Amino acid sequence: MIEIKNIRKEFNGRVVLDGISGTFKPGNCSLIIGGSGTGKSVLLKCIVGLIKPEGGNVLYNGRDFWSGDKDTKRDIRREMGVLFQGSALFDSKTVLENVKFPLDMLTDQSEEEKMDRAQFCLQRVGLEKAAQRMPSEVSGGMKKRVGIARAIVMNPKYLFCDEPNSGLDPLTSVKIDELIQEITDEYQITTMVITHDMNSVLGIGEDILFLHQGHKLWEGTKDNILDTDVPELQEFLYSNQLVRRMKKSQQ
Amino acid sequence: MNLLTRVGRYFIFLGTLFTRREKVSVYAKQILEEAVALGIDSIFIVSIVSTFIGAVTCVQTAYNLVSPFIPDYVISLIVRDMTLLELAPTITCIVLAGKVGSNIASGLGTMRISEQIDALEVMGLNSASYLVLPKIIAAVLVFPMLITIAGFLSIWGGYVAGTLSGAITPEDYVYGIRADFIPFNVPFALIKTVVFAFLITSISAFRGYYTEGGALEVGKASTTAVTNSCIAVLVADYLLAQLLL
Repeated sequence: MIEIKNIRKEFNGRVVLDGISGTFKPGNCSLIIGGSGTGKSVLLKCIVGLIKPEGGNVLYNGRDFWSGDKDTKRDIRREMGVLFQGSALFDSKTVLENVKFPLDMLTDQSEEEKMDRAQFCLQRVGLEKAAQRMPSEVSGGMKKRVGIARAIVMNPKYLFCDEPNSGLDPLTSVKIDELIQEITDEYQITTMVITHDMNSVLGIGEDILFLHQGHKLWEGTKDNILDTDVPELQEFLYSNQLVRRMKKSQQ
Repeated sequence: MNLLTRVGRYFIFLGTLFTRREKVSVYAKQILEEAVALGIDSIFIVSIVSTFIGAVTCVQTAYNLVSPFIPDYVISLIVRDMTLLELAPTITCIVLAGKVGSNIASGLGTMRISEQIDALEVMGLNSASYLVLPKIIAAVLVFPMLITIAGFLSIWGGYVAGTLSGAITPEDYVYGIRADFIPFNVPFALIKTVVFAFLITSISAFRGYYTEGGALEVGKASTTAVTNSCIAVLVADYLLAQLLL
């Protein structure tokens, strides 16, 4: 379980996150949603340890990341898998080498064990045939899947996905969402997804946290999000034509 | 960011390279790859530049030495000393600052803006050490080899240009490059090269590693890396000459 308490972050005096709190449970896909520039990615970076917040706590099963010593931070980091917005694959390595990379760097497994595990993960995301291709030779959707394979190769307890659907067509987006949901259920990991994609919100949003201008304005699930009375969230939701039509047909 | 802050940040960056290092086996492979990228791939440009610099030095020295009281072999003596003391180490390293420095800065800058460095950090790796230390070690090992090649080719370029143009006979040239030889000039050139290699790779890496923004900033980082490396090489050149000669 991940708990965040009163996360506060500012850049050059401008408050980007103001007292954000929330709890993210294992086996659940938790979504952080909001418009562009609302602080979603900054919050994710504060949680995964890339940006230090000015205040607040990030607790991984009760262990505070930011007040922890180097060993605690290292241990927590080794329990994380992160899918970055642009996939962040290493250009000079093949798809298979990218997936195997965390094993090479962080484990003492034999080459055979590492290859087996990397190939299993590639198979899990349906990319076993692309193993020897370079990242520049695969599509955007495939890159995301390689990113997911690399994120799960170390058997993480926590999976973070930063806008996994950005730049993908609707069909591929749905497939990526389904994959994230399956992996979360299968390994009972705590998954956190940053998104502003309404398909994802209504598809995999078991817990949803809505951010607006650095503040948490709403928390709920995909089942009750359409009934919200928060004007900012309503504006965010109904900016999408499909959701607007859905709401109309419900009425 | 003012100059003092930047210099301070540069030294902190150097410090991070040596803390939380990864397994030695990881570096060994990386160093070999970097040695090829930074060294072997630079042989062609180094060869061209050094050969022509030697040739031009010989021709221009001959052009300036018009007194009948100065023997011809002085031409090759000058070519030799200029090559060893300045042309091979300094000019070649300035050329390498352009080629290798921009390569390092743009490579790391691209890794930064495409979140590849963040990906290393969230895995719990020291990204600076993993990415930069092998480059520095590889350059410190390979640059002296390149400079040795450059030295030979520069003297050979002088020989070819001098003898073909009739400015000096082959016998005089060979006599000149052996005359009044100061053996310390060779280790001096190699010491300079090691210092320059460290400066070029670390400054370029520093510039690339802290790139912020997009493609435009990667380009700027690359340009700044080359400019800063060249200035650092020239300042170090002067200081080493004062200290060691």
